[in-house]
Amino acid sequence: MPLIEARNITIRIPTEDGVVHAARDLSFTVEAGSLFGIAGESGSGKSVLIQAIMGLLPQAEIEGECLFQGQDLLAMTQQELRALRGRHIGMVFQDPLSSLHPYYSIGRQITEVIHTHESVSKDEARRRAADMLEKVGIEDAVARLNDFPHQFSGGMRQRVMIAMALVLQPPLIFADEPTTALDVTVQAQIMDLLKRMSDELGVTIVMITHDLGLLSSVADRVMILYAGHRLEFGPAASVFGTPAHPYTQGLLLSSPGISGPDEALVSIPGRPPSLLATPRGCIFAPRCGQVQEICKTPPPIRRYADGAEALCHFEPEARGPNDDVAIAHTAPAPGTAPLVSIRNLHMTYRIATGFGRKRDLDVIKGIDLDVIRGETLGLVGESGCGKSTLARIVAGLTPATGGQVNFDGTEVSDLTGREWRDLRKRVQIVFQDPYGSLNPRRRVGSIIGAPLKIHGLAQGAALKDEVRRLMGLVGLNPEHYNRFPNEFSGGQRQRIGIARALALKPDLMIFDEPVSALDVSIQAQILNLIKELQAELNLTSLFISHDLTVVRHMCDRIAVMNMGRIIELEEADAIFANPREEYTRTLLAASHVPPRPVEPDHRQLIASEPQQGAM
Amino acid sequence: MGQFQSRNEEMTNEIEEDDGTEDRGPVVVQRSSAALTFRRLARDPASVIAFLFIVALFAFAIGAPLVETWTGHGVITQYRETALSPVGLPVGPNSEFLLGGDQLGRDVLVRIAYGARVSLLVGVMASLIAATIGVTVGMLAGYFGGWVDFVLGRFMDLVMSVPFLLAALALVSVFGPSLPLSVSVIVFFSWTTIGRVIRAETTSLSRREFVQASRSLGAGHGYILLRDILPNLALTIIIYTTMLIPNAIVFEATLSYLGMGIVPPTPSWGGMLAEAGANSIYLVAWWLVLFPGLALLAATLAFNILGDGLRDALDPSARGRAVFRKKKKSEEG
Repeated sequence: MPLIEARNITIRIPTEDGVVHAARDLSFTVEAGSLFGIAGESGSGKSVLIQAIMGLLPQAEIEGECLFQGQDLLAMTQQELRALRGRHIGMVFQDPLSSLHPYYSIGRQITEVIHTHESVSKDEARRRAADMLEKVGIEDAVARLNDFPHQFSGGMRQRVMIAMALVLQPPLIFADEPTTALDVTVQAQIMDLLKRMSDELGVTIVMITHDLGLLSSVADRVMILYAGHRLEFGPAASVFGTPAHPYTQGLLLSSPGISGPDEALVSIPGRPPSLLATPRGCIFAPRCGQVQEICKTPPPIRRYADGAEALCHFEPEARGPNDDVAIAHTAPAPGTAPLVSIRNLHMTYRIATGFGRKRDLDVIKGIDLDVIRGETLGLVGESGCGKSTLARIVAGLTPATGGQVNFDGTEVSDLTGREWRDLRKRVQIVFQDPYGSLNPRRRVGSIIGAPLKIHGLAQGAALKDEVRRLMGLVGLNPEHYNRFPNEFSGGQRQRIGIARALALKPDLMIFDEPVSALDVSIQAQILNLIKELQAELNLTSLFISHDLTVVRHMCDRIAVMNMGRIIELEEADAIFANPREEYTRTLLAASHVPPRPVEPDHRQLIASEPQQGAM
Repeated sequence: MGQFQSRNEEMTNEIEEDDGTEDRGPVVVQRSSAALTFRRLARDPASVIAFLFIVALFAFAIGAPLVETWTGHGVITQYRETALSPVGLPVGPNSEFLLGGDQLGRDVLVRIAYGARVSLLVGVMASLIAATIGVTVGMLAGYFGGWVDFVLGRFMDLVMSVPFLLAALALVSVFGPSLPLSVSVIVFFSWTTIGRVIRAETTSLSRREFVQASRSLGAGHGYILLRDILPNLALTIIIYTTMLIPNAIVFEATLSYLGMGIVPPTPSWGGMLAEAGANSIYLVAWWLVLFPGLALLAATLAFNILGDGLRDALDPSARGRAVFRKKKKSEEG
């Protein structure tokens, strides 16, 4: 018997901007003891769905029913739901730092959950809390009960959250992006833990994520959401192996790990639709490569013999990665002079710890690195390894505390103000966060034109023409010259950032995690753009990322950073073929690439029925 | 679907930062943020009333000479025959003196109208000057940090710790009371509030990535301050300047009440209250306290309510109110 049976859930949230149709007609079942994955891009309604089921969305209008152990969760009062939450349904949130209370010890926070739902003695509660902490892999659990959240690392905090969710042994746990805020190697550990807990304690886990690679390695069944619609639903093996919906297929193929280094990524054109008003026909039609006239009518649910269900008029054509669309890129000949050469670089921050005491924090501990003209050098490492600091030093934005950075013959550290300004024309950065790096109160034309204006390179009509040319170059509509940044989506904003950096025709481009804030289907578009620009303009670039698959796709050479040092520097393929360092091997093992979809050979369609409640 | 379409027509679609809503779909109407602010403001009846009252007050102040001609009473002319009783006490409100006469036989209505000129002039002027100083100092302190912040910050502390009345008394006894002096004193004691707020906001803005980006393009400090940071402070400046006006009006009234502001016989609301208090004339002539007092109360209240309303309308994320109001509406519909 399924643990959860959801039928025709529709969620509407009235907001100032209009009614947001966060979910439409969603039905799914979760079998007891399984790991159920809900995947989708941001804004697809996956978190809203869970919040609605848990009764955490008081202002929403919710229709349909969701049976949990035979009771309809959506018909329950807040009191009944409160008794259920924690006791029968546990939750693990995305950010373990903000979901643990900083003021109470973790022991107190865990025992509080026990005391709320059961009347047990204090000692008994502490004993159970310690037991559970031990189970989730926290050493010396009894002593650590008295520690506060800030005394744990990110991964450890997430373990504490999991222990808190599990301590009452609920039959069901909702995990909302449980690993997104964590580093790759820690992600793998947390996923292993969740999977192990599911097996050992028989807990059912419903996991929300945008990371298909991660999901493909653990989930039993998967539901793919897009703009509040359930586009595909079925056993993980068939959804990932032979995707039945063009969207799923596109998502899987757009992962940089699937295409070879010289192939363009398969990207899904366009961007997700507004949830305020959705088209009457197939929701995915405007972005679908196989769209036909019939897609203007609501698609039927097609059920296949292997348990997969898809919301599409057709069976998708089997597609492989773009083998034919190769982007020509020539690695620089060996022996070319380096554009940037870094020697014995050190960076130490002085941190005041109060009462006048100072502590030294070494962020970069002696780095030697050459960036050769015409190459793309990748810099990989986990958060806190110093890779962004290194980028800022190379760009001359932060002075280093020791060592030399030589940019094409000039020393970056001892420049006069005028020379520093000239250096700005030669090194440019594309920032990570497309929302934070554009001034929200300036028009796009003014943002892209700013570098030209600052350096007095163009004025008036010439400036406008140049800005329009740059907008065209990065694939933006030049007509949007007068818009503000908030009228653009994340991917388009990143294009604006790239156009701005290109305006001065720099010798070196530094890409600081340019796609990590973007959705999977948009990532591929931006990576393709960067690759095309590199080939077209013969850029030298330093590409920083935490994601090995992205770096491998983009770069000629890869430098692996850990704890402020470069521990391995090698040709991209060589690093993947035989990593020398233990740390590199851990990184490689932790990055999940979804399987390459195969040709559906003997798949049988068993039913094709119209959606219930279709308009 | 039909009911949602009809509701969508009266709703707006402002694209927020993270929800990825775009200009697709025929029903969704996009509105500029100015139009959206105006709509939010118009939904709050208190703000609308306050705004209308302020407009009326400005009209009243500008049209003070018209009030003078209409009543036929000069602002400093004494009407000993008609406005004073045979024993020399002021007469109450009647058909000739709508708000009564004062202890010297002058028309209270005309004097309130001219007093509004002083109050608004001082209020608006002092707030604008104070805001300019506060924004400049706050931006410099917040952007440069370090010793600049230290010096300017301690200076703000110093100003805040000077006792207002004592300093005003000392200044007036040295320079003698006058309008420019009142404005200067008010400015000196009110720029620190906005200065502190702007300093804090500038500090957080200058850590934003777009400032870093501007720096990496080679922009100078002046360019970053004026082109990148100042436009982002616009909302704060508008809101706090509006909130400064009622404070300045009350400041001015206080100074005039103590005889350190506007020099008699020029009318001002504070001065009128002071005159009513002197000789305990208010015991027999309540209108001398009530009408100037009401004028003062209504003006400050209106500016405060408008300031509050503006803050809510310009920064809807500060409160979840809008959403719940919508819900009520949808239940009715």
